[in-house]
Amino acid sequence: MLGNFDFNVIERSWGYLFREGMTFTLTLTALAMTGGIFFGTLLAMMRLSSIKPLAWIAGVYVNLMRSIPLVLVIFWFYFLVPYIGAYLIGSSQPIKVGAFYSSVITFTLFEAAYYCEIMRAGIQSVSRGQVSAGYALGLDYWQVMAKVILPQAFRNMIPILLTQTIVLFQDTSLVYVLSITDFLGAASKVAQRDGRLVEMYIFAALVYFVICFGGSLLVKQLQKKVAIVR
Amino acid sequence: MSMIEIKNVSKWYGTFQVLTDCTTNVEKGEVIVVCGPSGSGKSTLIKVVNALEPFQKGEIVVDGTEVNSPKTNLPKLRARVGMVFQNFELFPHLTITENLTLGQIKVLGRSKDEAVTRGLKYLDRVGLIEQKDKYPGQLSGGQQQRVAIARALSMDPICMLFDEPTSALDPEMVNEVLDVMVGLAKEGMTMMCVTHEMGFARKVASRVIFMDKGRIVEDASKEDFFGKPRSERAQQFLAKILHH
Repeated sequence: MLGNFDFNVIERSWGYLFREGMTFTLTLTALAMTGGIFFGTLLAMMRLSSIKPLAWIAGVYVNLMRSIPLVLVIFWFYFLVPYIGAYLIGSSQPIKVGAFYSSVITFTLFEAAYYCEIMRAGIQSVSRGQVSAGYALGLDYWQVMAKVILPQAFRNMIPILLTQTIVLFQDTSLVYVLSITDFLGAASKVAQRDGRLVEMYIFAALVYFVICFGGSLLVKQLQKKVAIVR
Repeated sequence: MSMIEIKNVSKWYGTFQVLTDCTTNVEKGEVIVVCGPSGSGKSTLIKVVNALEPFQKGEIVVDGTEVNSPKTNLPKLRARVGMVFQNFELFPHLTITENLTLGQIKVLGRSKDEAVTRGLKYLDRVGLIEQKDKYPGQLSGGQQQRVAIARALSMDPICMLFDEPTSALDPEMVNEVLDVMVGLAKEGMTMMCVTHEMGFARKVASRVIFMDKGRIVEDASKEDFFGKPRSERAQQFLAKILHH
């Protein structure tokens, strides 16, 4: 059965698959991770804030994002962001966002909800006494957060943050609904063009597996390290 | 003017009253030992002094600054009041030197060089200069607590608060911390110490405050407190902790 397979298709499309597809996938993952952790951390600080309205808004946002399928969010943002943007800058025409920026914004905001919950656990993993010690030195809220709490929260949560990033890396394949060429999209296009569906999808699965499994091994190593440092 | 004035302070956690009408004051250079059974509110009493815990009634004035006035710049006030915690609370992700300099740089605006010089001076004083590049987790509990005292001192505080500084230590490490505290007291530092170390109290305390159920039951000179405590509760307490 394997005799009918033509794995040369991979070699022929290698440049396209990786230089275009994988580059996009990795770029989107990196941008959404950075933005997601940044906004997720702010959301976590809001959720833990003693100012009730802030905590409430963050809670609603996180629960909403986590209760809607990502594909729907991608769709909605793609169609809505041009109008929201226009409203914000007071333009009468919907602004041009483009599929790339739309996907970056969507993934950032969506992942922020998940990173928020991780960072919330991370912040809560640092003892109250550390907060008191920071305040007792005369640091203000932002200084206590930046210098005392968040560095420890990040360190404690690095393995889980990376695990979430691996999930994000896989989820980026959903941008196919915006006809963006990510790695899976590129593989899919080649597969259709050359009629080599099985080969290409096996290969794509293999690439995802190697990257994600490699990533999770890395996480395991880090977990050991973090455990020792403590 | 007293260094610390506590006037009719009451505090509640929800409906539970932890402090009831507490009044006392600490003069410049005095060493006050606060003792009492657990749950008596003694730790809470010193935590309201630098506003780590809010209180609902009464007034606290530290060096002329009203603690619970909305106009008070709390970080500025706290920077002038050194605090040492039961569980040391050194920052585990920072080296000893970084622990000593963080507040000086961020709060007092000192240059890094100046902060390091000052911090190491106090680290040397508590006898741990050779540990300056280590992390807190690499030190023993007694060493960590001495670093914590050095960290508080390097902010040049006008007074020091100690919240059971030796309670979390192995018995053989208690003295190395108490020695540093006795040294401080003898130099004239104003101190308010929650502790059960009665030997320390006898050696350096100017006054002893005894608390029970959120009230200050006795506020007496150490001679009076150890010689003839007025309240029955204090007598029982002393009998228990001294005759073992």
